[in-house]
Amino acid sequence: MANSHDTSTNTSRRDFLSKAVVAGTITIAPGVLLHTTAQAATGDVSTKAGDESVSSKNRWGMLIDTAKCATGCTDCVDACNKENGLVSHGRPKSDTQYIRKVTLKDKSTGHESSLPLMCQHCETAPCVDVCPTGASFVREDGIALVDKHICIGCRYCMMACPYKARSFVHEEVENQTLTAPRGKGTVESCTMCVTRVDNGGIPACVEACTAENHNAMIFGDLNNPNSTISVALKEQGGKQLRPDLKLNTGVRYQGL
Amino acid sequence: MSKIEYTAVQGKSLAYFALLGGLAFVMLLALLSVWHMEHNGHYVTGMNNQIVWGMPHVFAIFLIVAASGALNVASIASVFRKKIYEPMARLSALLALALLTGGLVVLLLDLGRPDRLIVAMTYYNFKSIFAWNIILYTGFFGFVGAYLWTMMDHNVYKFKPYAGFSAFVWRLTLTTGTGSIFGFLVARSAYDAALMAPMFIIMSFSFGLAIFILVLMASYKWTGMELGDVVVNRLRNLLGIFVASVLYFTAVYHVTNLYATQHHDVERFLLLDGGIFTTVFWIGEILIGGLIPLALIYAPGVKNCRTTLGLICTMIIIGGFSKVYTILIAGQAFPLEIFPGYEVSSSFYDGAINSYTPSLPEILLGLGGIAMSLFIVVFALKVLRFLPVSLADSVADPHAK
Amino acid sequence: MTRFLRLIYVLIGLTLLSTSAIAETPFPTIHEPSDESKKCIHPEDEMRRNHMNYILHERDETMREGIRNEPASLANCINCHVEPNAQGEIAGIDSDEHFCNACHQYASVQIDCFQCHADRPQKYINRSKHSSSIQQQLQQTLAADTSNKGVNQ
Repeated sequence: MANSHDTSTNTSRRDFLSKAVVAGTITIAPGVLLHTTAQAATGDVSTKAGDESVSSKNRWGMLIDTAKCATGCTDCVDACNKENGLVSHGRPKSDTQYIRKVTLKDKSTGHESSLPLMCQHCETAPCVDVCPTGASFVREDGIALVDKHICIGCRYCMMACPYKARSFVHEEVENQTLTAPRGKGTVESCTMCVTRVDNGGIPACVEACTAENHNAMIFGDLNNPNSTISVALKEQGGKQLRPDLKLNTGVRYQGL
Repeated sequence: MSKIEYTAVQGKSLAYFALLGGLAFVMLLALLSVWHMEHNGHYVTGMNNQIVWGMPHVFAIFLIVAASGALNVASIASVFRKKIYEPMARLSALLALALLTGGLVVLLLDLGRPDRLIVAMTYYNFKSIFAWNIILYTGFFGFVGAYLWTMMDHNVYKFKPYAGFSAFVWRLTLTTGTGSIFGFLVARSAYDAALMAPMFIIMSFSFGLAIFILVLMASYKWTGMELGDVVVNRLRNLLGIFVASVLYFTAVYHVTNLYATQHHDVERFLLLDGGIFTTVFWIGEILIGGLIPLALIYAPGVKNCRTTLGLICTMIIIGGFSKVYTILIAGQAFPLEIFPGYEVSSSFYDGAINSYTPSLPEILLGLGGIAMSLFIVVFALKVLRFLPVSLADSVADPHAK
Repeated sequence: MTRFLRLIYVLIGLTLLSTSAIAETPFPTIHEPSDESKKCIHPEDEMRRNHMNYILHERDETMREGIRNEPASLANCINCHVEPNAQGEIAGIDSDEHFCNACHQYASVQIDCFQCHADRPQKYINRSKHSSSIQQQLQQTLAADTSNKGVNQ
């Protein structure tokens, strides 16, 4: 099990310490993998009818296992960029990023880890609180979005977001994908691939991570106790980032 | 109380039109900058996804804060019944309106979608302090406009005390709102302090009065009307108190932060290791904007020197810009602490100190806002009677309290 | 006063001139989908006048409530009405031949949708829009150079 995992992530984990932690997590991993492969579990994807409104019965979220997330691997990022038509303009400071890989080094132990960071889809999102026009909003099912029709580009949400999840579109956009409209002068961020979710799919990043057999990301319904994500959270736990802010994020992390 | 006589400036001289023309030229440059930024997108500015509010916001917030402060003189006259300030109340209210206009125009023209002004006016999220500010700004125009009306029209003169009081309360609320834009940002280490609101109020007193004194002295010098030392020295002493108060609030803000270990990193950045930000803080904000003007205000040798007072006011304005700059830009330059206890790096500049280089269009846009404010004042002084014919010592009456 | 009247005359003259210019522009026809089984949700006249109300109403339902099978969606309009011409070229939104732009130019109504939304069906996206190929090449070159590995399609 551990071997297959390591070959699939093709990275160099140099220090013994991180190997030890990875090995430690792998022993728990089969449980998760079992759930992930059994896609049929209820609450893993939306089953709503096409003309049905989303409701607070569901709360879509993600669980990310940092132990399985390899430093240098950008499969989720690449999938996201492709799905949402994000291209670099050669200006890293102003280029849009919905999801990014962050490398962490524990100051006290020196342990290094890596994780994808994106909009955390807070229940009580600061971006929603500060938005003057109400363009920032959280859907009933917990997905935080920007209504680009009424976004005036004031960027106050970017000031308020504790996760630096948002980007401002600094230039004219061409060749948008059909499902990800985006344009100059408005703010944007991870949409949890909302069109996919509504159509019973999973976000592109999770799909890519699973397809490449890293299995570091799980998507599902946090409100459904039988969903893969809820079971994994119950069995192994999962932390929110900046829990002190009490935002009740939809994205959770393991191994931090 | 003797009746005060007001006059409009003649405004027929070449110098007057040169002044208007010069200001209009700066406004034109600003418009060209806006076209450049909005046509290409904000990548042509110094702003990016790390520093999302840049130089235009520094100018806009400075002007908005100063606007509320420029109303000081009028408020002291009508709310606190200090007669010596009474003749200057009209100019004070005019300047307040003009500065707010300039500030808001800059703020608006820096939006990603300034063409959606109508959206900003019709969709409101009442939990947003920003949305409240839109209402506060609009209200400010209404209240101060009404106040000005009661001062200038004898038919409604009897309502002046009420109008003056409402404008006073409103402008305190307005600056509280402006300060809260930062005070309510829980995620950023440099903001998230209730102290922001009162600090912004005291900043407004200081910046607004400095601008008022400059405009007052220029108006009387260029029109050749008399402006006595009694009035000027009263304003000068008031300015001293305000400058000292700003220093006090700045000290309290940093000392409170220094007490809490979790804020040590951000304070170290602001006060010691911040490079340009630390320089701007100590040299611009504290020295030029605080200690030197304070020393000059109370220096006995230059008590009646108008040139020195002009210099003092200019320094306070430079210091004010420095203060807004350090609050705004340095506050964003310091990285968000998403992962306490970790060293963080990413392609999105997580964990990195962000740098900001203002671009020319941003600065021109900001200067355009100032030019617009001054243009309004210069133009209005010609159209209506804002200035007392004389502010000589005999008129000002030093014994009136 | 006479000067004022003269100004009015000039303005009226200019207006007449400009309307006659408009009159020369042919009334735009709407590109019918080549697949004849595709029928529009409403008659043409109704859609010409009220399409914006349909898509505006259902835009909010889609975006805020996640209702994805709305009959009147901008994507549906585009999917049926935007097709390659005989030469196999797709008309972008800047072109007179794009069915939205043709009408909107005729009616002098500014169109905002395509600053964000795709102006062609998904299968034709990523072909360069006219006049943007140089810029795209530049972008690709820049993207290859950049140290920023995170964003790259």
